[in-house]
Amino acid sequence: MARPRLAVYKFSSCDGCQLSLLDCEDELLALAGAVEIAYFLEASRQALPGPYDVVLVEGSVTTEEEVERLKEVRRQAKLLVAIGACATAGGIQALRNWADADAFRRAVYPTPGYIRTLDRVRPLGDVVLVDAELRGCPISKRQLLDFLAAVLIGRTPRMPAHSVCTECKRRGAVCVMVASGVPCLGPVTQAGCGAICPAYARGCYGCFGPMERPNTGALGDRFVALGQSRDEVARAFRGINAYALPFAAAGDRFARSDIEEG
Amino acid sequence: MNPTPPLGTHAAIPKPALDQVLGALRDAGYTLVGPKVADGAIVYGEITGIADLPVGWTAEQEAGRYRLRPGVPGRLFGFAVGPHAPKRYLYPSTATLFRTRRTAEGFEVLPGEEAAPRYALVGVRACDLAAIAIQDRVFLDGPAPDPHYRARREAAFLLAVNCLEPGGTCFCASTRTGPRCTTGFDLALTELDEVLLVEVGSEAGAAMLAAADWRPASAFELTRARRALAEAEGRMGRTMDVRDLPDLLYERLDHPRWEAVAARCLSCANCTMVCPTCFCADVVDTSDLTGGEAARVRVWDSCFNHEFSYVFGGHLRPNIRARYRQWLTHKLATWIDQYGVLGCVGCGRCITWCPAAIDLTEELAAIRGGEPT
Amino acid sequence: MSMTAVGPVPPAPHPLQPHAARLVTVTPEAPGIATYVFELADPALRARYAFAPGQFNMLFLPGIGECAISLSSDAGEPGRLAHTVRAVGSVTRAIARLRPGDAIGLRGPYGSPWPVDRLRGRDLILVAGGIGLAPLRPVVYHLIRHRPAFGRVQLLIGARVPADLLFVSEYQAWRAAEIEVIETVDRADETWTGRVGVVPVLFYQLRPDPRRTAVLTCGPEIMMRFVVYEALARRIPRDAIYLSLERNMKCAVAVCGRCQYGPFFLCKDGPVLSYDRVEPFFSVEEY
Ligand SMILES: Cc1cc2nc3c(=O)[nH]c(=O)nc-3n(C[C@H](O)[C@H](O)[C@H](O)COP(=O)(O)OP(=O)(O)OC[C@H]3O[C@@H](n4cnc5c(N)ncnc54)[C@H](O)[C@@H]3O)c2cc1C
Ligand code: SF4
Ligand code: SF4
Ligand code: SF4
Repeated sequence: MARPRLAVYKFSSCDGCQLSLLDCEDELLALAGAVEIAYFLEASRQALPGPYDVVLVEGSVTTEEEVERLKEVRRQAKLLVAIGACATAGGIQALRNWADADAFRRAVYPTPGYIRTLDRVRPLGDVVLVDAELRGCPISKRQLLDFLAAVLIGRTPRMPAHSVCTECKRRGAVCVMVASGVPCLGPVTQAGCGAICPAYARGCYGCFGPMERPNTGALGDRFVALGQSRDEVARAFRGINAYALPFAAAGDRFARSDIEEG
Repeated sequence: MNPTPPLGTHAAIPKPALDQVLGALRDAGYTLVGPKVADGAIVYGEITGIADLPVGWTAEQEAGRYRLRPGVPGRLFGFAVGPHAPKRYLYPSTATLFRTRRTAEGFEVLPGEEAAPRYALVGVRACDLAAIAIQDRVFLDGPAPDPHYRARREAAFLLAVNCLEPGGTCFCASTRTGPRCTTGFDLALTELDEVLLVEVGSEAGAAMLAAADWRPASAFELTRARRALAEAEGRMGRTMDVRDLPDLLYERLDHPRWEAVAARCLSCANCTMVCPTCFCADVVDTSDLTGGEAARVRVWDSCFNHEFSYVFGGHLRPNIRARYRQWLTHKLATWIDQYGVLGCVGCGRCITWCPAAIDLTEELAAIRGGEPT
Repeated sequence: MSMTAVGPVPPAPHPLQPHAARLVTVTPEAPGIATYVFELADPALRARYAFAPGQFNMLFLPGIGECAISLSSDAGEPGRLAHTVRAVGSVTRAIARLRPGDAIGLRGPYGSPWPVDRLRGRDLILVAGGIGLAPLRPVVYHLIRHRPAFGRVQLLIGARVPADLLFVSEYQAWRAAEIEVIETVDRADETWTGRVGVVPVLFYQLRPDPRRTAVLTCGPEIMMRFVVYEALARRIPRDAIYLSLERNMKCAVAVCGRCQYGPFFLCKDGPVLSYDRVEPFFSVEEY
């Protein structure tokens, strides 16, 4: 069988996820042997035309041009994989979906007239069909390799749908929320990172986004019981994955009732 | 050289002499694992001697809350169980079952794990001994004894401790699994003010105790230990009424309380991960990029996890209500039918370590109190 | 990494380690469904291997995974291990890509069989929905081998559409052995002249004698619910209704915990259970 053709595309993002791919030094040789890296501007200037078997797409969609470019990428992709929080949920830049983008534009750019953006920062899935997601900010190199290995051997790639807590307890870390009262998004966040933050005595920031059916409301209530203001709770959900549906809803709920109570 | 105490001996040793026992265990090739302070809690980890124990420490435990506190100065074991259970050493959270390698004819199977480590588990409490006895049934008495568990279990030395300081979420007196260690240990300690009483539970235990300057415990010391244990039994932070189980829960599978607790439960799986008896697992397949080598890896799983109950066509327990009900009815009802005992040994870990402060004793009481619907 | 290679045959030391087997033949049955006959590589093991109707094997492909698949062949011919597989996920799709001669891992048999010996002398109603006919086919073969030992036998088969009906080419032989085969489809097409409607409806035309009839059913749980309802309505006793249940399964030896159904581990106590035992849970939603 011919080696599957891999392409890597980037939209509005910081390159961090692509770097995870470049970071696979030990595996890069095996990877280059297993797939044909046909398009990956970050790594090589060679850019072969599509179609591609697997396309990893980093970044969110923020302009009309990006919408069109993404649709073209979709046409070239057998399997389109959104990689990273920007691609799967809009990323940190989606925070502007709660703000006045025009005001930002006027504040940041000397000639704001040249800047044309969508009214909202969009995850890829808002624009095209996404076949699979690798979560995280940045993605986990281990998950990326596992994903590619799965595709290569013909195993259905499956990312965990369960909480970071599961990973946290598997590695034997102590719950920061229970032992130190530190708010932690672990109970509603999808596993995959290996529970890095709790293992270093910090609360989870939710960079892998919401797990399947997260009970965000109950966790927010618990943060309040631990002494957080509702505004702080809203901000906890409005992080890297603010625009992911369950986090967005929780953020709105706690922000709104703050106003109602105030 | 001290004489070897006969089985069943109640001996006494000066507290520092515990190091002699630990030293003997190390010399016998055991890796010592015991309680120590780390990350704001009393966890299990590798220790070398008394100096690594949480000497003078204790912990406050409440639903969803754990705080380290200074306890009685000099006390070696003045605390109840922490987040870790012996489970993680006998049934590790991740284990490679076996590997495969591609061959001309298909594939060959290679062993997964090297030799099992030999652990001496220090400070194991009565509830955890009961939990080990339960996991023995799960892993060893089933249709196919689990070789990973068996290797670790048979190699293990259990140095138990009678609980004189039950925690705020303990209820082993209700489940009749503590606070006294009655069986299943090699040595069991009771910590009095000046001495450690040591009960010899096995030949291996006797051999290790012989390394220390032991003498028979006095009648006075034994009476004090008995009294301290009786007092501890009366100071449990929780109680649980276990009458009428399992039928009580079978009759109330539609109780409205399941819905109420589901509103608070995060389905995060912490309770099952910290529980010393929970055994559920997933098996994950991995392969290298060439597909030449692959492995089957077993990891702890939980009935709270979304993937746990999928079949083609959907999830059979699609919501938190169904999952919490599975967890509680398994622990307190179906377990009895499966293994002849409760699946709960009253250690209180799931109460303390639930980030949502859900307390199974409270949930059972509510279900018991309410009328069946 | 230097490790001594241990072949999977003779009998693997690890209980979860599969035995080497080879695909012998593939027979397409319906869209997405085919019957695969495997043969154990080790002749000694092959000679020793025996199963009973209703039991299943765990089928394994390296790097892909493992899943439970019922034996669908004649237990009287245990050298020929047929499995009728619907390609729905990781392993089953990979099985669908296999060619005769390809290697596969297999361990088993596991699970409780249909109680065919205890049912001698009885009238039987077998009710299958979709792929649920696969674990019932060994019962049919058993009945054919021991036909005089049983009373009236009716086999109700349901499929979504005519093309989904399994083992159609064998119905004639089954009928010849005095097994009344009654098929129905949820949706007819232009070729279909038979019954239309869900399987439990076929019960309306049956007049079973409740004292001597037993019901054996396998299919979607919703279908089995109605089957139980119809059977109870005809006063067939609870302990004469047998269901084959499906749950997610990772080990098949009652340690992974996934297949729990109330107090039962479906890999060991099931998949076949009599209704009187499962009733308290069967009626509870999302249990
Ligand atoms: C006792 C028994 C006997 C059986 N007999 C047969 C038989 O004879 N023939 C037959 O065809 N089948 C049979 N089955 C069913 C078969 O075992 C399952 O369909 C099995 O899951 C197939 O494995 P797979 O790897 O192909 O699918 P999987 O990859 O496990 O996928 C199965 C389904 O679950 C979904 N899924 C998988 N993983 C997840 C996840 N993490 N989260 C959410 N959804 C997920 C998939 O999308 C798919 O719909 C039997 C099952 C049992 C328990
Ligand atoms: S009971 Fe508590 S620990 Fe258990 S899943 Fe629910 S929230 Fe998590
Ligand atoms: S159910 Fe809770 S209290 Fe009971 S043994 Fe498990 S963790 Fe301990
Ligand atoms: S309570 Fe849940 S995780 Fe624990 S043993 Fe039972 S089914 Fe498994």
